Amino acid sequence: MENPILRTESLNAYYGGQIALKAVTMAIPERKLTAIMGPSGCGKSTLIRCLNRMHELIPGARVENKVFLKDRDLYAMEPTEVRRMIGMVFQRPNPFPTMSIYENVIAGYRLNSIRIKRGDQDVIVEESLRKAALWDEVKDHLHKKGTFLSGGQQQRLCIARALALHPEIILLDEPTSALDPKATAFIETLMEELKQSVSICLVTHNIAQASRVSDWTAFMYLGELVEYNTTEKIFTVPQDKRTEEYLVGKFG
Amino acid sequence: MIKSRIHRRLFLNTAFRLLIFGLSAAALLPLFLILADVFYKGIGVINWNFLVSLPRATGEKGGGISSAIVGTLMLVGLAIGLAVPLGMAAGIYLAEVRRSRLAYFTRLAVDVLQGMPSVVIGIVAYAWLVRPMGKFTALSGGVALALMMLPLVVRGTEEVLKLVPATLKEASAALGVPHYRTVLRVIIPCGLPGIISAVLLGVSRVAGETAPLLFTAFGNRFLELSPLKQVGALPLTIFTYAMSPYEDLQAQAWGAAVVLIVIVLATNIISRIVITRWKIQF
Repeated sequence: MENPILRTESLNAYYGGQIALKAVTMAIPERKLTAIMGPSGCGKSTLIRCLNRMHELIPGARVENKVFLKDRDLYAMEPTEVRRMIGMVFQRPNPFPTMSIYENVIAGYRLNSIRIKRGDQDVIVEESLRKAALWDEVKDHLHKKGTFLSGGQQQRLCIARALALHPEIILLDEPTSALDPKATAFIETLMEELKQSVSICLVTHNIAQASRVSDWTAFMYLGELVEYNTTEKIFTVPQDKRTEEYLVGKFG
Repeated sequence: MIKSRIHRRLFLNTAFRLLIFGLSAAALLPLFLILADVFYKGIGVINWNFLVSLPRATGEKGGGISSAIVGTLMLVGLAIGLAVPLGMAAGIYLAEVRRSRLAYFTRLAVDVLQGMPSVVIGIVAYAWLVRPMGKFTALSGGVALALMMLPLVVRGTEEVLKLVPATLKEASAALGVPHYRTVLRVIIPCGLPGIISAVLLGVSRVAGETAPLLFTAFGNRFLELSPLKQVGALPLTIFTYAMSPYEDLQAQAWGAAVVLIVIVLATNIISRIVITRWKIQF
């Protein structure tokens, strides 16, 4: 792979004494959609939480070895700086309930006390909501609370909130697992549009979703990166027996 | 056979329903009797003059309880000013650092303080402030009431903040927001209605306290606005007037009781409104 945006080097992660990631070495390409799939507890969420240093927020959790964003060693930087450069969207939509739609989108700036002009704020809000395909639905009530939106809209609001900080890459941790099929389809289409402008790393336990939207797919099992290749190859000619068994539904 | 069983069930159903209605009515009865009695005996003396004028000399007709109302407001204000910052800080600490030694002992101390008899708190405030300063002061009364309010504010803040979903903390952390700012600008705003209502419940709890004020605020027939002078308070007025041999003062004690109850009821109702009106959907 040429010029990956993000790469890990023999990454180990632990919860207390328990190992959750075993020597994961992986490179994530720029402006592509990379899916990480695997059964529950395989370490896929742990892996992306190590990429923006959210893993270490859990008491007793720690990480060994390195993650690079282009050439910068993420574990030599301030965690807050890392998280501003790498956006994240979670399983359940989590807009800030005390804030309006507008305030939610601009929250990355306001909560960090990054001062920007009122006009620039309006631009960022509109641009982020447009990218998240939410603008047309909410443009007339930007100052209503974000929690009044439907689940799928809330999730797109969270995507807009992550995009507003102009991240290098966004990490999506099973973003559709709490949504109905229609909202899921909408978000999948959205992801395909988004990858034109931003790199995306998607964690999913939905094999079909990985095959539909991703360019590269990683398969993880018991904390190991079993196989990582272009989606086409993983789904047509898997090299590892475990990948094949997972894809045909023997476990997971 | 089946028919008789159904009849039996229907009968039991009705019987239990009646029993439950009856018992809950019985539980509410004392409250209504108290309210009815106090209002019946006290409403007669209440008029504008009663609320805004100072007590007259003993034996003279008329006069009011303005000094006691102002004193109570001042004492409660002082208690809020002291207990809210301390209590909120402790509550935030307990909600954020759930399992540490200090958190364990803080919780224990708060529970012990909550169970402390109010008269003991009064004595402590007397020993800490009245003796060294050599005089009764509103401040010492405020401190005594603050000590009584503190556990309610600490526990209220803690419980409310614990209800704020961890996913919101994650959302904020993922935007690169430092932890302290997440607490100040995401978690506390989410818990604010609950914290306000805990404070108001604390107010309604301490507004009627008499024992800790007996040897701190001490009472004052004159209007006093300095926190370093002794002040009147509604419970003290009720206490002294009710004990007096004069019928008009006894009537005024009932009037003061109505005023106190209205204040307490109003804070309770406001706290309900705050909770339901500003309800935050997670």
